[in-house]
Amino acid sequence: MKHLKSIKKVLILGSGALKIGEAGEFDYSGSQALKAMKEEHIKTVLINPNIATVQTSEGIADKIYFLPVTPYFVERVIEKEKPQGILLSFGGQTALNCGVELYRSGVLEKYKVQVLGTPVQAIMDTEDRELFVRKLDEINVKTIKSHAVESIEDALKAAKELGYPVIVRAAYALGGLGSGFCNNDSELKKLTAKAFTFSPQVLVEKSLKGWKEIEYEVVRDRFDNCITVCNMENFDPLGIHTGESIVVAPSQTLTNREYFLLRELSIKIVRHIGIVGECNVQYAFDPSSEDYRVIEVNARLSRSSALASKATGYPLAFVAAKLGLGYGLFDLSNSVTKNTPAFFEPALDYIVCKIPRWDLSKFYGVSHLIGSSMKSVGEVMAIGRSFEEVIQKGLRMIGRGAHGFVGNREMKVEDIEKELKEPTDSRIFVIAKAFEQGYTVDKVHEATKIDKWFLEKLYNIYVTGKELLKFKDLREIDRDTMLMAKQNGFSDFQIGRLVFKKKKDPDTFAVSVREYRKSLGVLPVVKQIDTLAAEFPAKTNYLYLTYHGTSHDISYEKDHKSIIVMGSGAYRIGSSVEFDWCSVNCLNTIRKSGWRGVMINYNPETVSTDYDMCDRLYFDELTYERVMDIYDLESPHGVVVSVGGQIPNNLAMRLNDANVRILGTSAQSIDNAEDRHKFSAMLDRLGINQPRWSELTTLDDIHSFVEKVGFPVLVRPSYVLSGAAMNVCSNNHELKQFLRLAAEVSKKHPVVVSEFIQHAKEIEFDAVAKDGEIVAYAISEHIEFAGVHSGDATIQFPPQKLYVETVRRLKKISRKIAKELNISGPFNIQFMAKNNDILVIECNLRASRSFPFVSKVLKINLIELATKIITGEKFKVPDKSAFDLDYVGIKASQFSFSRLLKADPVLGVDMSSTGEVGCIGDDTSEAVLKSMLSVGYTIPEKGILLSTGDGKQKAEMLEACQTLHRRGYKLYATGGTYRYLKDNKIQVTEVFWPSEKGKTPQAIDLIQNKTVDMVVNIPKNLSKTELDNGYKIRRAAVDFNIPLLTNTRLASAFISAFCTIDPDDIQIKSWDEY
Amino acid sequence: MQSDNKIKLVLENGLEFQGYSFGYQKSTDGEIVFNTAMVGYPESLTDPSYSGQILCITYPIIGNYGVPEDQLDSYGISKVFESGKIHVRGLVISCYSKNYSHWDSAKSLDKWLKENKIPGIYGVDTRHLTQVLRENGSMLGKIVPLSGGNKGKIADPNLENQVDIVSCKKPSVYGKGSKRVVLVDCGVKNNILRCLINRNVEVVRVPWNYDFNKIAWDGLFISNGPGNPQLCTEAVENLKVAMKGDKPIFGICMGNQLMARAAGAKTYKLKYGHRSHNQPVRLSGTDKCFITSQNHGFAVDDSTLGKDWEPLFVNMNDGTNEGIRHKKKPFFSAQFHPEATSGPTDTEFLFDQFINLL
Repeated sequence: MKHLKSIKKVLILGSGALKIGEAGEFDYSGSQALKAMKEEHIKTVLINPNIATVQTSEGIADKIYFLPVTPYFVERVIEKEKPQGILLSFGGQTALNCGVELYRSGVLEKYKVQVLGTPVQAIMDTEDRELFVRKLDEINVKTIKSHAVESIEDALKAAKELGYPVIVRAAYALGGLGSGFCNNDSELKKLTAKAFTFSPQVLVEKSLKGWKEIEYEVVRDRFDNCITVCNMENFDPLGIHTGESIVVAPSQTLTNREYFLLRELSIKIVRHIGIVGECNVQYAFDPSSEDYRVIEVNARLSRSSALASKATGYPLAFVAAKLGLGYGLFDLSNSVTKNTPAFFEPALDYIVCKIPRWDLSKFYGVSHLIGSSMKSVGEVMAIGRSFEEVIQKGLRMIGRGAHGFVGNREMKVEDIEKELKEPTDSRIFVIAKAFEQGYTVDKVHEATKIDKWFLEKLYNIYVTGKELLKFKDLREIDRDTMLMAKQNGFSDFQIGRLVFKKKKDPDTFAVSVREYRKSLGVLPVVKQIDTLAAEFPAKTNYLYLTYHGTSHDISYEKDHKSIIVMGSGAYRIGSSVEFDWCSVNCLNTIRKSGWRGVMINYNPETVSTDYDMCDRLYFDELTYERVMDIYDLESPHGVVVSVGGQIPNNLAMRLNDANVRILGTSAQSIDNAEDRHKFSAMLDRLGINQPRWSELTTLDDIHSFVEKVGFPVLVRPSYVLSGAAMNVCSNNHELKQFLRLAAEVSKKHPVVVSEFIQHAKEIEFDAVAKDGEIVAYAISEHIEFAGVHSGDATIQFPPQKLYVETVRRLKKISRKIAKELNISGPFNIQFMAKNNDILVIECNLRASRSFPFVSKVLKINLIELATKIITGEKFKVPDKSAFDLDYVGIKASQFSFSRLLKADPVLGVDMSSTGEVGCIGDDTSEAVLKSMLSVGYTIPEKGILLSTGDGKQKAEMLEACQTLHRRGYKLYATGGTYRYLKDNKIQVTEVFWPSEKGKTPQAIDLIQNKTVDMVVNIPKNLSKTELDNGYKIRRAAVDFNIPLLTNTRLASAFISAFCTIDPDDIQIKSWDEY
Repeated sequence: MQSDNKIKLVLENGLEFQGYSFGYQKSTDGEIVFNTAMVGYPESLTDPSYSGQILCITYPIIGNYGVPEDQLDSYGISKVFESGKIHVRGLVISCYSKNYSHWDSAKSLDKWLKENKIPGIYGVDTRHLTQVLRENGSMLGKIVPLSGGNKGKIADPNLENQVDIVSCKKPSVYGKGSKRVVLVDCGVKNNILRCLINRNVEVVRVPWNYDFNKIAWDGLFISNGPGNPQLCTEAVENLKVAMKGDKPIFGICMGNQLMARAAGAKTYKLKYGHRSHNQPVRLSGTDKCFITSQNHGFAVDDSTLGKDWEPLFVNMNDGTNEGIRHKKKPFFSAQFHPEATSGPTDTEFLFDQFINLL
């Protein structure tokens, strides 16, 4: 039997919206699984409401359901589609949990759906802590165990068994009361005595503080053949979640014995658990012996496996899917070499380094400490041939303004020792600062427990930086020194900054150094990732650039028949999978038209960095320097900068200045739209309205401008010390407070203040134009009023509540702008409409976040169209009737506040959502309901806690409250809302704010004891301010996992939806049925 | 800023790679081979199978965890190295980690090489070198100063009997047990000794050309070793005699080749050898596959195996022979290294199978 012949149709569960801890990696793994099924001619049904993903695109799955990945909906799809098999391990924890639930409730058995790959029992054995420990005990593999003791004697006994140092924790005590480390009996006695005063039970655990964290990616087939595809080592020792750690592959500090000891254990574990497919084993490893503990086993594709796939070129998800069908590893071939089998372990001849990307400054109140729970929203992977090279590449890639390990903007660190010991999201830069202050490697190691090997390499970068600083002129640098600096990962800009210091305009650094470097003959070489370290010939297109080499692996055609597509870099708040979809679709179209598609991107979570997606993949930096390196080598027809979000867009002018051929809309036009002053002048010239704004350099000017336009105003300083980069201020007090956060207001650091219009509709205009003429467009409307960032807003398409007149005028304005900027390609204009006024907020001459959503709802691929225009291919102008839809799409945002301790879960002008879904319904209510359920909301069954804001907001919410009341929900409300509802004859119970101490019932108690199962809390003002009553209620709702709504318009829409439609009435219709 | 001396690696075809000197400063030459293992340089460098060779490690960052202090066990076998000395003639790498970090390390790789008078060169495009070796087959080469002459022929180490150089000179006995295994030392790795001793047998280690048929034994083991199996005629002749009997015989690497030759099969030089930790082999006629550690430049020609013999393992990458077995008698061998060190430990069970036959 080659594979399971009985399987003709397979259901795959996706992971839903991107969220912290579950991001783009599952689009990649799901896409790979779908590809594997397609190769076997098996019909595929995909459930994933994440409309911006590649896997939910045409031609990848046979049937796509934009529905919540919950047991209820999955069962209904199973009932309809009747698949023979189901794949659970490609959609992260969401899919796995859902699958286990379906198994437990007997649904899979009822419909005779076979789980392909790892059996559910094995999944449960790894998910349940107790079962897991027991399972590994059976084969004498060590896990992390805690001993619960009830006396000091038992604590001593436990410590003796575990070995010092140990951690002591009081059970059931919040906030770590009574916990701490003990190195010997006497310390333990003292601490446990204290701990027992907090709790009758104390947990004693072996302290693994400072231990190395090592991971292995293991693959097993049903014939019991096992391989470890990759191992990885965390730069940060145990204590920092692997998703929050800098990670390298392969491990760097393990000896042969250690490497193969852990490998052997991994295989033993995987065989014992009975994995069929892919699995990740995480270890804690003692830095001063060969002692280890297994931290956990992930019986599914994970973030680490996506990283391992990209790090090695071994397509783990693809292979795992095939193994699920019953193949053996020996049946499958190495997808890089094509003629060697998939049963092998990749040999790397390079090092990769993953660095997480945090966006904590987008949140108000959140702690910047990193630790055992994940907060990062994205990651990058750098490839090179020395650690110095990859860490510096990686630090540039994360896109937080760093140029590498050194040579960055001066950073203020108040207490270096403390920040080394208690890591934050900028720990690596604190290490640089520590070196600067004279810290030795030993001293940094003492404080951080980071292995000295890594620290020595960082120190090497620091020393190289110091050496460069000594040069007074570029021409003093000889070839060997230049080469060494480049081998140590220094960018041209970084070298320029260190050598030129303040003598030159920073904008010229990169160009001058590049010119001089080239004159010295110091050039990077292109190397392949071939899985076998060049042992066998491999025709691979998976490439990176390095300065550790003298010879290119490939030769170039120089026929100008290739097109470079610049990707979108690290996922971050505001730019994620939607641009990956755009990039992939652009590449597809380019290749279909007979060009060679060349991708540059460095995000391991993406499909665009799958080497099957293009003719050449440069897994490398999206900087001026690197793009120019590649451009020089490729001699392409041109470069596409309009599908990868803001990073390529920002480079357009500089590339253009270097005579790079930008395809589509000209760089000059991009600049005219990006530059606030130029764009504003253009709108004035065209007679198009915009909110009044001014760029101001003194506080007096700010005040006089505010006097003119009136509060509220939107304030954007050029540099903010901490917290949100922009804010809405409703009065002088708020304005003063916010400006205090801005480091300075000066000529060099102006503040942009704009008029903020309340209760205005916000409208998105996504379109494609050719030579200034609009070819296709999609108008969508925000459900929330302006003031909620467009990335956080709930968007409906086609618009349901816009006046015909408004639409007509929008189109007219858009045509004018397209003409004036002579747009060729994708673009997006954001409008505000109030009464009869239409204002333009901004215009981006690139694909926008909503392109995949509107393309899929419209069923016209706007990127395909745009790409054809950009590349000068023939295209068909969509028929007018195509824009007339008899269904509605709703795009809803996913927030990850529960991961961000203390962050205020309120929406504002700065974006805070981490992902989105898009669902289609026959009417708005159905689409709203599907999409809200998809981002984790549930339909309340009991009570609802209401605090509905100021007078106007209360009135807006009245109808919804009446509906709830009619439907029999028990309503609870705080003071003002209570009185308002009572005055309006709605039955309601009064509850009290946290500040009204002593009065009961307290609102927070209702949340904690789950008396309510939905909270509507509308903040009264627009600024994110002090930790007030409202904040406490909102935060409690998030912490106790109770659905929270903070916007009147969205709350009303959701309430109206679930009060008018019963879930059973929701249509189970696949995309193609609309 | 670069304080180390510039030197170069010159291949027999004239191709030059510039780099920097580390380890001992002297010129050296030999056959240049590459290994794609990502860990295990202390083990590799002391592996006698590398005798006569300059080793290029394809993993680009080497020296990370230093070198451990040598310790001997009760039999005088090193606990950390694969033999008593470094066998490679030179080391070629890309980046050298001057600052190592490991609890078990005693010195840097540089210092260890200096102590053993072995030169190294770093800063070489080892990937490019590997591709050259792959396309041209293994080549002779030398590490010389920048000004060093490119002329002068390099003696081919494969023409010398490398086994004779690395084999022990007289018999010695290790371990205790009721069964006695004669180990023919063609350049045996210490871990083979450890694997046998740990299974409670008495091991009599004899020189490669020792006539073991003169002494009593329960099992015969033929070790790994460097170079060309054709040069080991005495061992092959002795084996032919042993194979007339039916006591268990087990061979590894060179042992596989010598057993094959004794059985009448031919061996040949591979275009480029197998030197890595990731070689997939399949147990012939089954679905059982293993990842193995390998280090060999010659292979057994399956098609020349006599009718009494059959392939035991096959390499899944290139289909070459990875082991043979006698159809009736308890004779079998593996081309790969079940003893690992360095490398994966998946096939150590072969030692158990051998011991169980005794």
